[in-house]
Amino acid sequence: MENKTLSLEDQFQNRIDSGENIEAKDWMPEKYRKTHIRQISQHAHSEVVGMLPEGNWISRAPSLRRKVALLAKVQDEAGHGLYLYSAAETLGISREELNEQLNSGRAKYSSIFNYPTVSWADMGAVGWLVDGAAIINQVMLTKTSYGPYARAMVRICKEESFHQRQGYEIMLSLCNGTEAQKAMSQDALNRWWWPSMMMFGPRDEESPNTEQSMKWKIKKKTNDELRQQFVDQTVPQVEILGLTVPDKDLKWNDETGHYDFGTIDWDEFWDVVKGNGLMNEKRLKDRNEAWDEGKWVRDGASAYADKQAEKRAKKTA
Amino acid sequence: MNKEWPIWEIFIRSKNGLEHRHCGSLHAADEEMAIQNARDVYTRRQEGVSIWVVESKHITASNPEKNGEMFEPAADKVYRHPTFYELPDEIKHM
Repeated sequence: MENKTLSLEDQFQNRIDSGENIEAKDWMPEKYRKTHIRQISQHAHSEVVGMLPEGNWISRAPSLRRKVALLAKVQDEAGHGLYLYSAAETLGISREELNEQLNSGRAKYSSIFNYPTVSWADMGAVGWLVDGAAIINQVMLTKTSYGPYARAMVRICKEESFHQRQGYEIMLSLCNGTEAQKAMSQDALNRWWWPSMMMFGPRDEESPNTEQSMKWKIKKKTNDELRQQFVDQTVPQVEILGLTVPDKDLKWNDETGHYDFGTIDWDEFWDVVKGNGLMNEKRLKDRNEAWDEGKWVRDGASAYADKQAEKRAKKTA
Repeated sequence: MNKEWPIWEIFIRSKNGLEHRHCGSLHAADEEMAIQNARDVYTRRQEGVSIWVVESKHITASNPEKNGEMFEPAADKVYRHPTFYELPDEIKHM
């Protein structure tokens, strides 16, 4: 029995090494399944909670153009949550359990959404930086070994690039506007820069799961590699806006061909992860309210479906 | 939620002339709602002109553990491919 399990795991690793995708009904190590359920569901929860800080601004968008864009972005995020929940469900967890994990506060979602969105410029900074950071991670995940997750990522990446562009356009308009508008966008950049850098997770040496994740091709790049990619691609965009990155240690390094940057405040990172961010409580409360207030709709749809089924049964009887 | 809505598999025809292709799944109380949800979830950018929905439990799938006996018999039948047959170079289109 022991031998057989070993050989199954070896076979599995061979499939991964040769670049094959794993599909829902294939044999997989229990840890591969559990890791994926955790990662995909955290990703789905992040999409769902990610709607909250932006939903806050839909009714206050400064023009119709901005309003339809924000509305479409938030709607996409609901869709992305659904693609991801479906992918998680292929691994044998129910939607009900997934919902319960989020609403009870047991599940984690991206800490970035536990920061408040206090000005309109935050809608620009979130689309540009937060979605920008997310895209870097998600482009990598289109090549992840688990088929349903990879396919959801392809769909998401296709839709996501508009999110970042509309965010950058908001920043650009503000930076070309009045002094006060430009100051507002600098303030947004100051507040969102470091939390966006933290989105890639702990430094490689502090990230114990990275090695296994790379071996199973769940991840193809490490947290630090992705973070560096983010810095390198974002700094020139900051310069075009005429803004300043809030990092006095940031400078181009000719030798490495990358930007060097300052130290991330990991105490803040872990504090927010543990639930002490400014908005942790509020997000969870809003999420639960939305769920509870939607109950009559779900009940109504169930009752209607039952009634229709009954009618059909009578007709055929 | 007292009872969980069933899962539906969604198939979309992207334009006439092409086949419906599986694009994902979703939960819905009945088939009508499944189509409406599929419209909102999978065709927000004109990805389709026709939607099929089928409750997941009605799909019978082959067993990947039996892929050997299922699919390998085709592996040694290269004579089913045109490149198996040798033709003189003068013949350009065949």
